[in-house]
Amino acid sequence: MTDLWIHPAMIIMVGALLLPFIPRSAAVLKSYLVTVPVLAFLSVLFMEVPEQGTPALIHGEFMVLGWKLTFGRVDALSNIFGHIMTLMCIIGTIYGLHVKDIKEHMAAWLYVAGSLGVIYCADYIVLFLFWELMAFTSVFLVWFRKRKESLPCGYRYLLVHTAGGLFLLAGFVLRYKLTGALDFNLLDVTHPTIYTYLITIGFILNAAVPPFHAWLPDAYGEATVSGAVFMCAFTTKTAVYALARGVAGLDILIPLGVFMALYGVVYAVLENDSRRLLAYHIISQVGYMVTGVGIGTQMAINGTCAHAFAHILYKGLLFMGCGSVLYMTGKSKFTELGGLYPKMPRAFVYTLIGGLSISAFPLFSGFVSKSMIVAAGFKEHMLWPAFLLTLASAGTFLHTGLKVPYFIWFGKNNCSKETWEKAAEPPMNMEVAMFAASFLCILIGCYLPYLYDLLPYSKEASDYAHHVYSAYHVSESLQILLFTALGFFMFTKKLAPEPTISIDMDWFYRKGGRAFFWLARKPIQTFDTWFGEVYRTVGLYPLMTTAKFWSWFDWHGIDGVVDGLARLVRSVGTRLRSVQSGRLQYNIYYAVVIVAVLIVTYVYG
Amino acid sequence: MVIRISYLVLGLLMVHYAIFVDKSSAHTRMEHLFFFWSAFGFIACLLIIFVSKWYGHAKWFGTDFRVMSPEDYYDD
Repeated sequence: MTDLWIHPAMIIMVGALLLPFIPRSAAVLKSYLVTVPVLAFLSVLFMEVPEQGTPALIHGEFMVLGWKLTFGRVDALSNIFGHIMTLMCIIGTIYGLHVKDIKEHMAAWLYVAGSLGVIYCADYIVLFLFWELMAFTSVFLVWFRKRKESLPCGYRYLLVHTAGGLFLLAGFVLRYKLTGALDFNLLDVTHPTIYTYLITIGFILNAAVPPFHAWLPDAYGEATVSGAVFMCAFTTKTAVYALARGVAGLDILIPLGVFMALYGVVYAVLENDSRRLLAYHIISQVGYMVTGVGIGTQMAINGTCAHAFAHILYKGLLFMGCGSVLYMTGKSKFTELGGLYPKMPRAFVYTLIGGLSISAFPLFSGFVSKSMIVAAGFKEHMLWPAFLLTLASAGTFLHTGLKVPYFIWFGKNNCSKETWEKAAEPPMNMEVAMFAASFLCILIGCYLPYLYDLLPYSKEASDYAHHVYSAYHVSESLQILLFTALGFFMFTKKLAPEPTISIDMDWFYRKGGRAFFWLARKPIQTFDTWFGEVYRTVGLYPLMTTAKFWSWFDWHGIDGVVDGLARLVRSVGTRLRSVQSGRLQYNIYYAVVIVAVLIVTYVYG
Repeated sequence: MVIRISYLVLGLLMVHYAIFVDKSSAHTRMEHLFFFWSAFGFIACLLIIFVSKWYGHAKWFGTDFRVMSPEDYYDD
């Protein structure tokens, strides 16, 4: 073991914090931007990884206020995720090299550092710290889009993640109270308790498992062009890592995973915005990984890691492809695009490679990763999950492999004159990044040892390597994919894009928030007015005509009690009206923060 | 022409599966049917298209509420 161990997150974080001091000359800045993630990647590449079956190597242990904080735990599981995250950071940074605003680079890098921090940590306090860092830095990638919609969209994203963080916090604090342990290892999933579920909810919210998923298409569709490339890689896959580390084998994850694999496909059919469609396919693909974690066998965990690895590359590639169209034309909706092939043929080829990879076409990366999870399901005789996941993969090809390329580069040309004129191949740096990602997608599909040697259970991986290109598996996949293509071309008209948005679970906090205010305003106001009326008719008018005594008594009685009540109600109403003028997000956010502080003081106080 | 070649490829794929492919690694008996995975792919595709479109266009809860709503749905 070497004494010198540098945390890859630290390289990126220091790199981000030094960024404002780098000279603004383009050459210096660009080489700096490339160097930092490359250094981080090299630090992962040359990190000593213990043999399988031997304990993890622990680095960076600190005692802070009596807590033992562990920043660096290196084993095969953290190594494969660290490898792909730093690799994706290089590609994403190159893709965004043209971005002048260094704040965007800083936000993206701190976000990556958050993800790496979670991957290498070994206790819940450090995990929580980096978990929140991810949420609070990635939101800037939405805000930097600087559209009117970006601000509320970012707040919604933050709100949801803060709530998720609270579940996680409550879960591990409760566990600490009950067991005294803070270590981030596999929980007892055969006897799940309430804290197991709380921690799981915290994790699956970041993994975008329904019903906690709507933040994903909402934010990723609204993020900046290069910001979305980062976001699509880090949040959900870090959550998959956390699930694989913390709750592998938790049964409930199997139905949840299968459901989300299908749910993402259904919404992808309805979606008109290309980046939102890809976002729904993240949900679908992460569904495979969540199922894999739920199955929990060595083969399934291998499959989950392999699929996360492959997914980060091809999904990044797809977001880069659609992002380059958005960057050049300013459009991302199918109803405003189409027929762009003569203008951007190379962007089409890269996107198609991404599409074929996600669809698990033989020789592309998805083929060697996705099938491992399905095979693990069949091996455990879970026929329903395995068949349903296979069905979802037909949907993946239908949309990402066929619909996205077809309706952007071919199909009916819906481009306005302006869009058409702007369309051209993207800048050089974007193309380099897309080329690199395409190359890796094909490399993984064709040269198995690259990915399989990184997997946590090497024997299972090499066993599976003999089966993955068997005639049966290749033939099965080709039949499913090509007959799906047949269906697509027979019903292309049916799939023509429609200029609509799809209502999803975010309805509850977008419309639900308004319902809250309506409730606060309308009924209380109505009650207030009605009470005034009652006061006048019942209280005042008859009294004037009754006996003096009653008149005197009631007058004072009502004046004292009822008017006082009415005044109270009115003042509550006024207060709620003043709340309404503020931002809903702020208010709920403050409430959430207060609850968090209360929990912490209660537990630690 | 392209279309004919495509149909030919699909046909050959099925014939190849029926005759040459070793099905010993099949998970269930129904996978031994020569058209199983072809039919699976095709039916899966149609199911996904039609079920999703129905889900998006259907009126829910007896109101005019549809999952596929106008783009200004959330605007005031």
